[in-house]
Amino acid sequence: MPVPVNAELGQASELFMLLASIAYMVALVFFVLDLVKSSTTISTLETRLARADAPARTLAGVGARGTGSTSAATVPATADDSMDYGAGPRRGRARIAVALTVLAALIHGTAVVTRGVAAHRVPWGNMYEFCTTGAFLVAVIFLVTLTRKDLRFVGSFVVGLVVIMLCAATVGFPTPVANLIPALQSYWLVVHVSIAVASSAMFTITFAMSVLQLLQTSREAKLLAGKADTAKFLRLVPSALSLENLSYRLNAIAFVGWTFTLMAGAIWAEQAWGRYWGWDTKEVWTFVIWTVYAGYLHARATRGWTGTRAAWLSIVGYLCIVFNFTIVNIYFSGLHSYAG
Amino acid sequence: MRGRITPRRIVIEGKGTVKQDVSQDTRDRAGAAGAASDVVLPSLGFFGTLRWAWTQLTSMRTALFLLLLLAVAAVPGSLFPQRPANPAVVTQYLQDNPDTGPVLDWFQLFDVYSSVWFSAIYLLLFVSLIGCVVPRAIAHFRAVRSKPPRTPRRLSRLPVYGTLEVPADRAREAGLTPSSAAEQAAVLLKKRGYRVDVRDAGTDRPSVGAERGLAKELGNLVFHTSLIGVLVSVAVGGLFGYNGQKVVVEGDSFVNTLIGYDSFSPGSNFSDDRLEPYSLRLDSFDVRFDREQESHYGQPLDFTAELTTQDGPGRDEEQQVLKVNEPLSIGGTNVYLVGNGYAPVVTVRDGEGNVASQGPVVSVPSDGLYTSLIVIKAPDARPEQLGFVGFFLPTAFVDEDGVSFSRDPDPFNPQLNLNSYYGDLGLDDGTPENVYVLDTENLTELNSRNNDAGGIVLGVGQTYDLPEGKGSITFDGLKRYVALDIHHDPGEVGALVFSTLALLGLTASLFIGRRRLWVRTGEHPDGRIMLEYGLLARGEDHRLAAEGQAVGKLLADHWLVASGTTGDHREQEAASSAAGSGQSHHNAKDN
Ligand code: HEM
Repeated sequence: MPVPVNAELGQASELFMLLASIAYMVALVFFVLDLVKSSTTISTLETRLARADAPARTLAGVGARGTGSTSAATVPATADDSMDYGAGPRRGRARIAVALTVLAALIHGTAVVTRGVAAHRVPWGNMYEFCTTGAFLVAVIFLVTLTRKDLRFVGSFVVGLVVIMLCAATVGFPTPVANLIPALQSYWLVVHVSIAVASSAMFTITFAMSVLQLLQTSREAKLLAGKADTAKFLRLVPSALSLENLSYRLNAIAFVGWTFTLMAGAIWAEQAWGRYWGWDTKEVWTFVIWTVYAGYLHARATRGWTGTRAAWLSIVGYLCIVFNFTIVNIYFSGLHSYAG
Repeated sequence: MRGRITPRRIVIEGKGTVKQDVSQDTRDRAGAAGAASDVVLPSLGFFGTLRWAWTQLTSMRTALFLLLLLAVAAVPGSLFPQRPANPAVVTQYLQDNPDTGPVLDWFQLFDVYSSVWFSAIYLLLFVSLIGCVVPRAIAHFRAVRSKPPRTPRRLSRLPVYGTLEVPADRAREAGLTPSSAAEQAAVLLKKRGYRVDVRDAGTDRPSVGAERGLAKELGNLVFHTSLIGVLVSVAVGGLFGYNGQKVVVEGDSFVNTLIGYDSFSPGSNFSDDRLEPYSLRLDSFDVRFDREQESHYGQPLDFTAELTTQDGPGRDEEQQVLKVNEPLSIGGTNVYLVGNGYAPVVTVRDGEGNVASQGPVVSVPSDGLYTSLIVIKAPDARPEQLGFVGFFLPTAFVDEDGVSFSRDPDPFNPQLNLNSYYGDLGLDDGTPENVYVLDTENLTELNSRNNDAGGIVLGVGQTYDLPEGKGSITFDGLKRYVALDIHHDPGEVGALVFSTLALLGLTASLFIGRRRLWVRTGEHPDGRIMLEYGLLARGEDHRLAAEGQAVGKLLADHWLVASGTTGDHREQEAASSAAGSGQSHHNAKDN
């Protein structure tokens, strides 16, 4: 039997959420500053090198695509393709940005936990909570990945998305803490939604990487064609190929998560509505997303479909996730309509 | 190199060089033979064409295309109302859009998931899937039974490569020869999960072929095969299953027979002897609403139905609880609590003073406060049949305009607000009727807010005498009812089993690394025992270099030689010329 919710704690949670958003915003500023600073540093370094008559040499990480040579055709990139730490100049602003993200995530985590304590249940029972908890997972997954790989170059994208998610939650779906309606009172809520949110968080990061991959691909093509480098900040970003490979690894994990989400959803639907699959709007879109990412995995094994096309599939998949979460939840009627 | 991403591409790459030569060759010949190759195409013949079509259908590109097509084809089902889920909404849509509606209907956009085009896509996909899985399964079966692939001549060309040497004195102490070193390496690798094969033992360059991660391919096969299993299970459910709906008022019973249902939809191969005649009675139904929180005041918190069930006639009675997320499993079916509402108990007396109808009448909630629509029909009333239409309000309130509304979902002030009619209810001509709708076209109005008599307003225990001596109506009391969905799906277990298998297979396929590893040993003229090893991944494997490192360390630890201690080893340093105690080094050339 549900216990009354703790409204005061709920308000405290909202305050924490606000503080976290502010901290993320400051972190975002530092991530952007880092990009700006690093690309100017590189430019000056390069001009100096050029003046020192070094024949079109590339900096530290050398060429993408493993061409390895220092021919004029090599694409300059400072980012290390293995995305390990250590290579390249020290990036003070990026360090501050990461520290701020950690701080923000701590506050954010407190906000999510207090929300759950206030409601005496898992904090993912409505749109506001999906958004805020999802954003928290995006931040955590990003930070965890950072401990193993230097992904600071996607920092501004990822933290930017976290800020957008928090704003969407606060502005778009403000919901005070409350108990769950009977249809949501199930441990499948814990299982199904948590994995869905975690997978979506991972897809968020790969989305950012796929966008960068496309930008990097076109930049690489441009440079190989001997044109001017118009997107200098992309020097901080590893080659398109390494981006593709790493996002494939994350997408594979997220895809297994999504498969599980789909199955757990079916089991829950079976318990709650008496059929495990009924092409309810939300089910349709969960299926569409699953199929698109299955297509992505196939594309990676199909000649002519790796690289840019696979990246587009990853982006389309993510757009479907966003669509499923926003438009479908708000405008489409269906059995899931109580989500709001 | 881009080519190293997937197994096929590695293989293709390996063959690629060969292929290039061949095509060069053919081109030369084609050049000589002129347009000979143009003639080949039309001569494919019937079977040739079939073969060609089959190859196309089972190609990866087609699978990808069909998958994406399936994703696109599923979308319209979320944009248009679907008959299986909402037949009434579809009818309404067709009425509202007389021009576009029938066109959409012709394209089966209201039955997307059973439409010809949707079915065609997924059936083609599954045919392609079978055509893909079978040859792969055969190939995999062969691979499992055959020995690890033969040792390449030059291990140093493999993506991950390392060397190791055991100093001459230590080799002598341990009586190590190239062959025994290979044997020992094989034992170590076997412990690490590789299947191994020692070859050329006794020669001066013995080697070990090792392979691990065959479960990756197995997982892939299990995954794809399980998808077929899921599809078949769904089909079985559609053929032999059934589902039905029943509204049960407190105190009433339901018996699982065809006539027991309010509505029933059988699968295409259903026969009614599949129904097990169990019964259940609704003893009570409890509802709890949120009373603590202002923002969610009156939101439902809990629905609990207390049931008495009986597995069949003459069997023992059992007390059971039914809740929203906790279906009841009985007689091969699952019983779900999908709705609830109020059933006011009403007595209607006719103009002759006889009871024309008596009992609970199910009302249909139209909002969260249980403002409910109610229709009461008394076809037995004489001389004239009587009908009532209106609202039931659990907690009635009257606003300043005199309009009644409900302020709370709990029955604090239950009230009926009705209009009444007399005449022919139209129930006798045998056409199916909807109990929740009163067709007032052929009826004469007795009471309504718009006529002199006014509407009927009744609290519990009150009676209202109809105008013109047509009879009376009494609101005797209030009961609750539950709406039950009853399902029997024989494919359900299969779907669960196969999708679980699919998930396991998928995980194995994506995260197991399939690797080949070779170790070759040899003896230096000065007595040092040399080992070199190389690794090759089949499929995406970002941990190949780490595995190389680990294997290097494993071997190094075994012969107690230091591994990777010296800092700056380059591949140019030939293993044999490396001075000092043994080291291992790697060069990972993934990209
Ligand atoms: C119902 C349709 C299908 C679905 C949902 C599907 C889904 C998937 C998924 C999720 C993967 C990645 C995980 C894994 O490696 O096991 C995969 C891999 C694969 N699929 Fe499918 N598939 C389907 C049909 C097909 C068909 C028709 C073919 C053959 C043409 C095929 C061939 C493959 C191959 C070869 C791989 C391995 C890719 C690699 O090595 O990376 N699949 N499939």
